[in-house]
Amino acid sequence: MGYPAHIEYTLHLADNALILGHRNSEWTGHGPILEQDIALSNIALDLIGQARYLYQYAARMIDSDVTEDTLAYGRDAWDFRNCLLVEQENGDWGKTVLRQFLFSAWQYFFYGRLQQSQDRDLAAIAEKSLKEVTYHLRWGSEWVIRLGDGTKESHARMERALDQLWKFTGELFVPAAYERALSVAGVAVDLHSIRSSWEERVAEVLGEAQLTEGAGDTWMQNGGKEGRHTEHLGYLLAEMQFLQRTYPGCEW
Amino acid sequence: MLEEVDDPEVPALSVVDLGIVREVRTEGEGIEIVITPTYSGCPAMDVIRMNIRMKLAEHGYPHLKLTTVLSPAWTTDWMSERGREKLRAYGIAPPLPSQQVCHPALFHREEAISCPRCHSYHTTLISQFGSTACKALYRCEDCGEPFEYFKCH
Repeated sequence: MGYPAHIEYTLHLADNALILGHRNSEWTGHGPILEQDIALSNIALDLIGQARYLYQYAARMIDSDVTEDTLAYGRDAWDFRNCLLVEQENGDWGKTVLRQFLFSAWQYFFYGRLQQSQDRDLAAIAEKSLKEVTYHLRWGSEWVIRLGDGTKESHARMERALDQLWKFTGELFVPAAYERALSVAGVAVDLHSIRSSWEERVAEVLGEAQLTEGAGDTWMQNGGKEGRHTEHLGYLLAEMQFLQRTYPGCEW
Repeated sequence: MLEEVDDPEVPALSVVDLGIVREVRTEGEGIEIVITPTYSGCPAMDVIRMNIRMKLAEHGYPHLKLTTVLSPAWTTDWMSERGREKLRAYGIAPPLPSQQVCHPALFHREEAISCPRCHSYHTTLISQFGSTACKALYRCEDCGEPFEYFKCH
């Protein structure tokens, strides 16, 4: 689609939050116990709320008939700029909480930095979101430990989930072209600056969970930030966008 | 006037008690009200905005500018003392001062929350997330009653 870097960057952050929020919402009504069903639905709600601020801001910058809704419901997979990690399928509860933990840890340090952005709108959204993400990070960390250091079965499932997800963590620290330009200007977060904090937190939690971190030579998948996605995103969008695609502009 | 606009999810509190009304400016005929959201995804915010408009129109102020600001981010410190008392009377434990705000330490133990019914501090956290974004679930080990805690933010 090719918007200017500033808009692409805002969409990248919005898409991350929306897609993970949608994935989490797939658990609503299906959680293992009521309290945790509610917890994950709350996290989904926070993420979708954050996505709305970001889409609204992007829509203001685009300045035409574009709205938060047309951005969320009217773009195709190749227009989405989210990281591959957030679009991965839910799998079992273990894989879902591991994905949440890995991403919340990234969001936690990321929003911490984005608060100092030269862009005051992004900084304000970051300040607001960070409070919510802190709860997510704690929740995710505790679940990873509970399951990793749990029973033989839960441990084996967490090892398998780590195996499936680890290859998508590299992308979190590889800047896309639009990010490189903006980080020089002090708008985007320099991803390099948060990498060691993320690694430390992840190592601490995985260690506590008796899980072995992915091997250093794992081939890291890439491309989501530039619109090259895994096959899972298309299916997700088909469901999420169905109503607006079939009945454009429909409200109830 | 704004005292009459309730939080639709916690009707014991008005938007003023909740601390989300940050500023009211008047200029000639026009009024501008500045509000800040509690949680990003809180569905009550849209209803609150609508109710503020309706309340002001009812009182003869149809031309209202309603502005939303995100920074500084809302904190439960802005909840009024009266609001805290109303919450307790309603059966929801009010938020502690913000030193207790969530931080990412693992298995960090929160300061004990007092049961809004029997006032016992012998209570257990069931979940950090409750029926709305702003609450956590607790259980009182003395009177056996489950209750909600308006968590620090």
